[in-house]
Amino acid sequence: MKKQSYTENELAKDLENQEYKFGFVTNIESDKAPKGLNEDIIRFISAKKNEPEWLLEHRLKAFEIWKTMTEPEWAHVEYVKPDFQDITYYSAPKQKKKYESWDDVDPELKETMSKLGISMEEQQRLTGVAVDFVMDSVSVATSFKEKLKELGIIFCSFSDAVQEHPELVKKYMGSVVPMTDNFYAALNSAVFSDGSFCYIPKGVKCPMELSTYFRINEGGTGQFERTLVVADEGSYVSYLEGCTAPQRDENQLHAAVVELVALENAEIKYSTVQNWYPGDKEGKGGVYNFVTKRGICERNSKISWTQVETGSAITWKYPSCILKGDNSIGEFYSVAVTNNYQQADTGTKMIHLGKNTRSTIISKGISAGKSQNSYRGLVQIHKNADNARNFSQCDSLLMTDECGAHTFPYIECKNSTAKIEHEATTSKIGEDQIFYCLQRGISEEKAIGLIVNGYCKDVLNQLPMEFAVEAQKLLTISLEGSVG
Amino acid sequence: MSQTLMNTKLDQFRSKLTPSKVKIDQTLLDHADAYLSGREFPTTRDEFWKYTRLTKISNLEINVNDSIIQSIPEEAIIHPNAQKIVFENGVFRKDLSDDILQVQGVQFSEKGSSSFTFQEDVFYALNCKYSTDAITIDIESKTILKDPIHLILISSGDGSVSMPRIVINAAKFSESEFIVSTHNVNSQNCLSNVVIEADVQENAKLTINKIQNEKSSNFSVFNERVDQALNSCFTINTLTLNGSWIRNNVRVNVNGQNAETHLLGAYVTNENQHVDNHTLIDHLAPNCQSNELYKGVLDGKSTGVFNGKVFVRKDAQKINAFQSNGNVLLSDDATINSKPELEIYADDVKCSHGSTTGQLDEDAVYYLRTRGLSEKSARHLLVTAFIGDVLEKIEDEHVVKYAENALSMRYGWSF
Repeated sequence: MKKQSYTENELAKDLENQEYKFGFVTNIESDKAPKGLNEDIIRFISAKKNEPEWLLEHRLKAFEIWKTMTEPEWAHVEYVKPDFQDITYYSAPKQKKKYESWDDVDPELKETMSKLGISMEEQQRLTGVAVDFVMDSVSVATSFKEKLKELGIIFCSFSDAVQEHPELVKKYMGSVVPMTDNFYAALNSAVFSDGSFCYIPKGVKCPMELSTYFRINEGGTGQFERTLVVADEGSYVSYLEGCTAPQRDENQLHAAVVELVALENAEIKYSTVQNWYPGDKEGKGGVYNFVTKRGICERNSKISWTQVETGSAITWKYPSCILKGDNSIGEFYSVAVTNNYQQADTGTKMIHLGKNTRSTIISKGISAGKSQNSYRGLVQIHKNADNARNFSQCDSLLMTDECGAHTFPYIECKNSTAKIEHEATTSKIGEDQIFYCLQRGISEEKAIGLIVNGYCKDVLNQLPMEFAVEAQKLLTISLEGSVG
Repeated sequence: MSQTLMNTKLDQFRSKLTPSKVKIDQTLLDHADAYLSGREFPTTRDEFWKYTRLTKISNLEINVNDSIIQSIPEEAIIHPNAQKIVFENGVFRKDLSDDILQVQGVQFSEKGSSSFTFQEDVFYALNCKYSTDAITIDIESKTILKDPIHLILISSGDGSVSMPRIVINAAKFSESEFIVSTHNVNSQNCLSNVVIEADVQENAKLTINKIQNEKSSNFSVFNERVDQALNSCFTINTLTLNGSWIRNNVRVNVNGQNAETHLLGAYVTNENQHVDNHTLIDHLAPNCQSNELYKGVLDGKSTGVFNGKVFVRKDAQKINAFQSNGNVLLSDDATINSKPELEIYADDVKCSHGSTTGQLDEDAVYYLRTRGLSEKSARHLLVTAFIGDVLEKIEDEHVVKYAENALSMRYGWSF
């Protein structure tokens, strides 16, 4: 605690000298930047984080580019566009406990968590209740960290990485998702708050699932996250993002960027469970989740994306693979559930550049309530991608007569030795299957849970074990009371 | 005229066209005018034209050519008993056409119809404003046509622009077949912008066999717009046998229950050909079936585009929609862009689509070679079989035969 106030003071001094230049009054005591977005805010964020000059330049350049861009409108979603001048772009991560005691926690939240099968201790940690066990958890995390360090694996927050490993960050940041990529990627590049950085050295097989979970002290990284995972030659890592527990987040707009770099013979497995606040039953509120996720595969490498998306009012997300090296493999497994007034436009892009590249896409969409769920994917085979192979399957399940399920696949092929298969089906949940379950004494709710889990099995099987168990329960909860 | 007219490329293009002599409803013209003025040709940034460039069309040298053909070219004869209606450069050639009025149960008029519609599309609007000719064919109720009506569209001369509009009304309980074919006589760099509007009424059955067989550097844009009523059945078979630059927009609105819709298509391309097939089936009523199958074989530096969309509107329950697109690339310079789309707002439906892209099965080629076929013949046989999936579903055997002949002549297929 002492150390923290020291840095604060130091920053305060720095900022005091620059105050005039910034053009607004900075209240150093507060951890929040004023609302709005301009160059001064970006300088403020950069200074707060004590960033090197090149990163500030990077941010400013991205901001210049962002100013020339317009918000994309092609996605099959309808929403009130965020007012970019009404957002606070920097607020320091808070370590404050949210609740004084367990009794203060919202009972609905408690119930959901116990349904998910989350242990009591973890429940308390997730809700931010101050309890003793945290100590315990920290010690576990520390021992993990030591082990990782032994292997030479770097796993830290993005800000720390900028300070400690600037050469790696400089080399790989923006190499997969350049700031010019799209509106939200540019915005993120300009104002990103924090995120995770992970580097696996040559030939190292990371012995555990890396997850933001272990970085307890660095929680609350804010709405403009930036993740960079670099797997050096011959290494392997499995990375988990997100959490099955409901995230009550007051930030409306989330524009994250995730970049994966798989060098020769490396493999990255990236799993996401997203359960942000989807808004209430009338569709009020909820998080806008506009994420740019992309990975680049060098020779013989593999990137596998697995995602279970149940939250957010608006999801707009296309985890992609650029299969640059020969024999590289890209995979995408996704379950997207929308209920009430949620809208999701999600899918993937598989860009085949190298020879003998392979990709698999399995996407399962479930729409309930009055929601809209779209799959949008691109499979692009370039001229030199001899013997490229793609298989895509996109299924949609409809629960009510007021929801929608849509498929927009783009298939572009410039090579005569490529094989591409795409199939999609849309249908209602099987009445006779439900009837069969009812006959066997299984309640309707449970029957739906059972059928949906069977339908999503191909994807859930890809998740790491503990995650998969929670994700299964999450699906059932997300669809509660949605029978049409 | 004024300066505003010369602002955009589209305006420049329009200044070279002759305004329509056909009597068209004024409000429709106003719509077209309002849509076109100040507008630019769509670019590949427009989703609807993502894979097809219009630069060549906007730079066309346009000429007004006199009619030159004396008789129907032999290659334009597809069905021996068909009633022929001939258009040259988009203008109806009464002298070469059969007298349709002789056929019982068919009404024919050379005038534009008040049932003309307008759609927000550059070529649709151009066809309203600069229509070269228009005809309306009514199939009276309960008429069952024995022989098809054949619309022969010929382009001749250099830089001709044809913009005919053809309206087909298939009345209740009628059954009819139309053949629409495109040909060319000594022509280059012509543009055909054809609009076909069909109204398929209750219990009617209408089939359109469309054969595209222009052998020169001509451009064609086809817009078909079809409305289907209760219990009706509509089929359109689009066979692209030749042609350097082709865009087909088929739009079917299924307004009535228990209707059936079949869209079939085959395209075999080579050299620098560009063939773009856009289809849209809009299910507005429940209990309907639609079936779509497009297959293509692409060789040389050709490009193919397939964009099929199936809409199922809210409350249009119990829809069975099936859509499939298969492509074979024979050369590394050929490109295919396929985009099968489903947009579904009703829950009790069975919809599926599939798209495949690949090459000829080497095992199959090997098998045929062991049976004594040459490499070339084996490949030809497999290509024929691939396209044959579409051809065998076409009921009119004359059409199938014509297509097979044209393809084997063009590619020297022999077995």
